[in-house]
Amino acid sequence: MIKHQYDVVIIGAGGAGLRAALEIPEGFSCAVLSKVFPTRSHTGAAQGGIGAALGNEEEDSWEWHMFDTVKGSDYLGDQEATEIMAKDAIRAIIELEHMGMPFSRTPEGKIAQRRFGGHTRPEKPDDPDSKRVAVRRSCYSADRTGHVMLHTLYENCIKQKVHFFSEFFVTDLIMSGKSCAGVVAMDVATSEVHVFHAKAVMLATGGYGRVFRITSNAHVGTGDGFSFVYNNGLPLQDMEFVQFHPTGLWKLGILISEAARGEGGILLNNKGERFMERYAPTVKDLAPRDMVSRAIITEIREGRGFKGSDGTFYVHLDVSHLPKEVLNDKLPEITGFARTYLGVEPTREPIPVQPTAHYAMGGIPTTVDAEVTRDKKNTKVPGLYAAGEAACVSVHGANRLGTNSLLDLIVFGRRGGKAIAKFIKGAEFALLPEDAADRTLERIDHLMNSKGKEKVGPLRTELQERMMEKVGVFRNKKDLTEMTSEIKSLRERYREVSIDDKGKIFNTDLVEAIELGNLIDTAEPIIYGALVREESRGAHSREDFPKRDDKKWLKHTLVYKTDGKPKVDYKPVSITRFQPKERKY
Amino acid sequence: MKVTLRIQRYNPERDSEPYYQEFIVEAGDEKERILDLLHQVKWKFDGTLTFRRSCAHGVCGSDGIRINGRNRLACSTLLRDVNYRKPIVIEPLPSIPIIKDLIVDMSDFYRKYEAVKPYMVNNSPPPEHERYQSNDDAEKLFESAKCILCACCTTSCPSSWSDDNYIGPAALLKAYRFVFDTRDEAADERLDAVDTPDGIWRCHTIFNCVEACPKEINLTWHISQLKKRLTEREM
Repeated sequence: MIKHQYDVVIIGAGGAGLRAALEIPEGFSCAVLSKVFPTRSHTGAAQGGIGAALGNEEEDSWEWHMFDTVKGSDYLGDQEATEIMAKDAIRAIIELEHMGMPFSRTPEGKIAQRRFGGHTRPEKPDDPDSKRVAVRRSCYSADRTGHVMLHTLYENCIKQKVHFFSEFFVTDLIMSGKSCAGVVAMDVATSEVHVFHAKAVMLATGGYGRVFRITSNAHVGTGDGFSFVYNNGLPLQDMEFVQFHPTGLWKLGILISEAARGEGGILLNNKGERFMERYAPTVKDLAPRDMVSRAIITEIREGRGFKGSDGTFYVHLDVSHLPKEVLNDKLPEITGFARTYLGVEPTREPIPVQPTAHYAMGGIPTTVDAEVTRDKKNTKVPGLYAAGEAACVSVHGANRLGTNSLLDLIVFGRRGGKAIAKFIKGAEFALLPEDAADRTLERIDHLMNSKGKEKVGPLRTELQERMMEKVGVFRNKKDLTEMTSEIKSLRERYREVSIDDKGKIFNTDLVEAIELGNLIDTAEPIIYGALVREESRGAHSREDFPKRDDKKWLKHTLVYKTDGKPKVDYKPVSITRFQPKERKY
Repeated sequence: MKVTLRIQRYNPERDSEPYYQEFIVEAGDEKERILDLLHQVKWKFDGTLTFRRSCAHGVCGSDGIRINGRNRLACSTLLRDVNYRKPIVIEPLPSIPIIKDLIVDMSDFYRKYEAVKPYMVNNSPPPEHERYQSNDDAEKLFESAKCILCACCTTSCPSSWSDDNYIGPAALLKAYRFVFDTRDEAADERLDAVDTPDGIWRCHTIFNCVEACPKEINLTWHISQLKKRLTEREM
């Protein structure tokens, strides 16, 4: 076992982790641990853009951005945090540009912006109550916005000589009393266990898409950070809110950006109808993701979908009427995906799409400065921070708007970095417990020596299929209750997992086995959150409780792990400018 | 249908040298990704098979490997892109140290990438708004900015094979990305970094890199623009 001491340890080298690392001042030591080489992080898969009311293409304001985000969140987003994000967005985008991020440009040379789901402005700018129409708010770089943002941040980290530990797989948090004192990690190249003693730890570990069978998320999206927090007695917030992106490539779940619809693409059912006109008469195909996903599943359930060769159903996304230049210059990646993976020629044929698990609105509860909190009173956990998809600030509430995830990363990644910079100046290292690495060592030892009959691959597939069937776009009490016993049984069977690889060098068999444990840990609060919330709000849609119920449920869920059934608690929502209203588009 | 994968295996804890092992896998149709078939081997037959992967759709650059003698991404190569009636030969990227099975040591590749100062340098105080750039100037960068650092190009280059110190096409492409950015002020330093005996002049326009690039980047063209810039600077 190797011991290190750093003032700051950041877990994850996606947008939030890298942005935070740039804030750690000279004279303090900072290590960024990532289970993959930094530019392999999932931030790089984001396509369509990053939201900010720059007003480069038409009049816009941060208040309108804030309103859209609050409305998009189905009023569950904390408005104090949302206001910070919408205001800071403008500065944050300009900062990225100054860091060297390449953007598509307007004829005047400004950052180009396009339309995106749920982003609107009042039709008459002087009359805030006038009808809302789609606005150009998404700053983009063709359809590779996340890729160039991730590379730009990594490049700036190289410039600033940030210290990376690549292919280091974090396995646990080290808690010292009520404070965080570091993390335990395994060097994947050697299987050596390392203890990182730190004054401050930031979890920027991303999402959990791989809990579901059909997902746009990378294989590394296994909810590791959620598992660390949950297993250390800390709560997870609003985990029932899982975003299914409406347009995943059929069968594969690969993301086909909303930018396709922002540029004029439309969704069609098997009768050739533009069905979104019925569900969202004003913004149609540019309705928020939760609504479009529900519309697609409803069309399919009512017999208006297409049946695929794998037995699953899809609808059509048609971009064939768009000018060739738009497809080639603004949507080159996604048209390429359709060609490569389905052999579909988007200039002539519609693209088969179906909803795909995409984003965790919930996560590790934090303050607006990325400080992790442990209860409904927002009591802080000294030394522990979280940002990005892993965190729940909450700005996305019950449903995130497209372009707000990249924005969340850089706004709250930076704020977290700044808060850490302030904290480490005054803080001492918390006492490092003697047994800090014991749980990890036992876990590794168990998996390496287990002779159990369960295998990682089939067990994971079972989890993913059950979650897709019972905790998907539509949910009900019966399915969710069944799922609570399923997860219990999956957890028991997980103890019987054995692996083939008994070696020390790049033992990815071992890594995947640990990741499967993290997936199971993460699924549990998703299921319990969904079961207790007896209403439909944003992405959480209960067939048995089809209405939003503000009287009972305008509150955040906190789920704690216990030896038996998880404990559920609630936390109020911050409402400042916008009172909840019916959500119509 | 049944498909045979002939995979190069090497476990440094057990093997003195690499060898080939065949696996027969089941493919639904010819649109299956090679990555899916590798997963089938790992998850069904042999958990020791080791390779890198993450996004599974060609944007993260983790799974550069050699398929039937050609450098490609396992996740964006489908069965129909190769002759699957014969065993499909799967090997690690060539000319780079093998760590285990399909995993290679990328540290030298990353070191060369860092040598060209792969970040924007602009020491003038920034304006309050963005630095303006025409869309034409921006689009000149887009192809080079697509690079996913998968190393398919550099490890396909005969100049790299013959000279370990050759900086390689990926690093040169990154140099282009910043030298031709109208917002950057360190073009000269970067040009100096590549104008060395092991630098840009080792590129003999063989075009292997262009053929290998899974993102369809014309590396040789970008390198030629850098050469032109260097020649202009000399004059």
